[in-house]
Amino acid sequence: MEVLKIATAGSVDDGKSTLIGRLLYDTKSMTDDKLEAIERTSKQKGYDYLDFSLATDGLVAEREQGITIDVAHIYFSTPSKSYIIADTPGHVEYTRNMVTGASTSQASIILIDARKGVIEQTHRHFFINNLLRIKDVIVAINKMDLVDFSEETYNTIKADFQELMKKRDYQDQNITFIPVSALKGDNVVNRSGNTPWYNGQTLLEHLEELDQKDIYNTGTPRFPVQYVIRPKTEDFHDFRGFAGKVYGGELNVGDEVVVLPSMTKSRIKDIYFYNKQYKTAPRRSSVTITLEDEVNVSRGDMLVKVGDLPTIDKQLTATVSWMDSASFTPGGKYVLQHGVNKVLAKVDAIEHKIHPDYSGIEENVSSLQMNDIAKVRLRLNKPIFYDKFKEHRTNGSFIIIDSRTNNTAGVGFIE
Amino acid sequence: MNGVDRPSANALEHEAIYIMREVAAQFEKPVLLFSGGKDSITLVRLAQKAFWPAKIPFPLMHIDTGHNFPETIEFRDRLVEELGVELIVRNVQDSIDEGKVVEETGKYASRNMLQTTTLLDAIEEFKFDACIGGARRDEEKARAKERIFSVRDDFGQWDEKNQRPELFDMLNGQIEMGQNVRVFPISNWTELDVWSYIQKENIEIPSIYFAHKRKTFLRDGLIWSAEDEVVFRAEDEKVEERMVRFRTVGDMSCTAAVESHADTIDKVVAEIRNSRISERGARIDDKRSEAAMEKRKQQGYF
Repeated sequence: MEVLKIATAGSVDDGKSTLIGRLLYDTKSMTDDKLEAIERTSKQKGYDYLDFSLATDGLVAEREQGITIDVAHIYFSTPSKSYIIADTPGHVEYTRNMVTGASTSQASIILIDARKGVIEQTHRHFFINNLLRIKDVIVAINKMDLVDFSEETYNTIKADFQELMKKRDYQDQNITFIPVSALKGDNVVNRSGNTPWYNGQTLLEHLEELDQKDIYNTGTPRFPVQYVIRPKTEDFHDFRGFAGKVYGGELNVGDEVVVLPSMTKSRIKDIYFYNKQYKTAPRRSSVTITLEDEVNVSRGDMLVKVGDLPTIDKQLTATVSWMDSASFTPGGKYVLQHGVNKVLAKVDAIEHKIHPDYSGIEENVSSLQMNDIAKVRLRLNKPIFYDKFKEHRTNGSFIIIDSRTNNTAGVGFIE
Repeated sequence: MNGVDRPSANALEHEAIYIMREVAAQFEKPVLLFSGGKDSITLVRLAQKAFWPAKIPFPLMHIDTGHNFPETIEFRDRLVEELGVELIVRNVQDSIDEGKVVEETGKYASRNMLQTTTLLDAIEEFKFDACIGGARRDEEKARAKERIFSVRDDFGQWDEKNQRPELFDMLNGQIEMGQNVRVFPISNWTELDVWSYIQKENIEIPSIYFAHKRKTFLRDGLIWSAEDEVVFRAEDEKVEERMVRFRTVGDMSCTAAVESHADTIDKVVAEIRNSRISERGARIDDKRSEAAMEKRKQQGYF
C-alpha cells in the first residue's frame, strides 16, 4: 500500500494534537481501548469534550507540561493509503525537531489559530517547509468555531499567508488552504455545514488525492553502495553483489554505469531483490546489483549512469541547521555523513546566519547554537559525490556528527 | 527474469531492508532479538532478503522467560535450523537462580520485567553493539518517540529526552565503548502491515496466532489461558472452553487471548482490519500505569 508521511507544525496552542486525534477518530483508526483512556482522562480533568491531544502527547514530561517536546509518529490508514504523521512541536526552541520531522515527509500541515492569524511562528513553519522543499503544504486555519466560521476572517488570514508566500524561493510547492475546527470536526474528514462559503476539499480528501509522482522530488539515479554481498558458497562462488537503495531515478539491467570515486566504467548485469531477478530497480527500492566486470567496489562508493556525474569535490557550501547543545565554530572538526559515506570535515567559515522567519541574515557570526540556521563553507578530507539539494533531496543532504560525543549535531543542504 | 519487471513497491519493506544493511555495515557485533512472535519472525524474513544469497550475517538471540507458549519454542528451533544461523538462548530462570532478580508473586506476577536483567547481562557477555528488535511505533505511546537507531548507555538505559535526531535516510550508529544501539527496522509498520506482509510472503507463524479451542478463564475483562501453569488463577475464576487466538505471544503470564474464529491468515488479516481493540490492549503489563512502558524502557526493557 502507498505510504504518505506528513509533517505537522503549529504553535503550542494551535490545536495540532487535537487535529491529529480528530483524524484518527473520524477515520475510525482509534481503537476502543485508546478511546476509553481518552474519555477517562478527559473526564478526570473535568473537560466537557474529548481531549484528543492525549492520544499523541506520549511522554510523561509532556503530559505534565501539557506540550509536545519531541517528534512522535502516529499511524492511521484508509482503504487506499497508509499515513504516518510526524508530530513535531511548534515552539521557537524546537526548530531542530521540525527540521527532523520534515526531512522524511512528502507533505506538511501548517496550523494557524483563526483567532490569531499569521504570526511569527507561522513564518518559521513556512520557512522550514521551504528550506526542506516539502512539495505539498496544507495551511489548516483552525478553531474556525471560535470565530463563528467567518469567511472574512478566513480570507484575511489567507491573504496574509499569500503575502508570506512571496518570500519563498521554492516556487513549485503546492499550497492549499482549508478552514477547519479540529475540536468539532469541521472539514477535517467530513465536510462541514458551517462553512457553506468553502467549496474546497476536506483535509483528508486532499491527502487521499495526492499522487506519489506529484509529491516526490525526482532527479537522476544515484546508487550509494551500503554493503557488499559475497556469499562464498558453492552455488554463488563468484557472486559479488552491491547492496543499496536507489535514489532519484531508476536503474535498469544493461545501463552503463560509472563507479565513484574510482571512475571505473561497467554495465549493470543483474538486479536482484531477494532471490528474484528484475529488469528495473525503481526509485527507493533496496536491491542488490551485480556488474558485468570485476570492479573494486566498497561501502560508500556510488554507482551513477555514464554521462550523469554528480559533483565530486572536497569543498562545499551548504545551509546548515544546527541541532546540538555544543556550538558549531569555524575551525571545528566533525564527521560528515553523506548518505552512507563518512568523511572528516572542517569548518572553513560561517558566511552568515539566516533568520528562519524571512527577516534577513546576520553577518559576522562567530558560532552557531542549537536551532540556528546558517550558510557555511566546509572542507573535507576526501571528496564526496553530491548534487545540489535543490536538484536532489537525498544526494544533496548530509548530517554532521560531533566526533567527541557521537551525537548527530546538525544537518546540511548543499548549494 | 521472472516475467515481472520490477520488485514490489512496498516502501516499508525497502526501508526495513535498508536498515538491516546499515546494521551489518556499521556495527561489529549485531544480534537479532528473537522471541518467536510474529514481529521477530518478520524481521528474520527481512534479514534474509537483505543479504541473500549470503546467510544472515548475525546470530539470533532469545531471552527465554521460561513462560513461553510451547508452540513458539518448537517453531523457533525449526526456523533456526532452516536458516542455518546461530541461536543464542539466555534464560530468565538463571537470573532468578543467581539471585539477580526476584520472581514477582501474586495475581499479576509476570516475568516480563525480569527479562531486562537477563537481556542486559547477555549484551555484556557477548559484547553486542547492536540489538535488532521488532518493536513498532504504533504499539504504544512511548514507543512512538523511539528512534530507528536508539542509543542505550552502559546501563542499558534509554534517555528519551536526549535522543539523536534522524534525518532523511541517514542513520548514525557511532557509539562509545560500552554503549549499544537498539535497532527497530519495522518502526513504521502497523500491526496490520505486519499481518499483511506475513500473508503476502506466505510466512509460517506459530499456531497460537490462529483460532483454536482453549480452556480459559476471565479476569479484568480479559481472557486468560487456563491450560498453562504459569498463569495464576484464583479458585473462584471459572474455567471455560472458548475459541481464542493470541495477538501477541509474549510471556504467557501477561498475555491474554482474544475470542476469535480466525483460523487462517486471510481471516486474521480481515479480523485485524476490523478490530476495535489495540494489540497491546491484551497486555496487562501496559495497564499497570499510564506511563508503564516509558518507565520500563528507561530501565532497559526492549
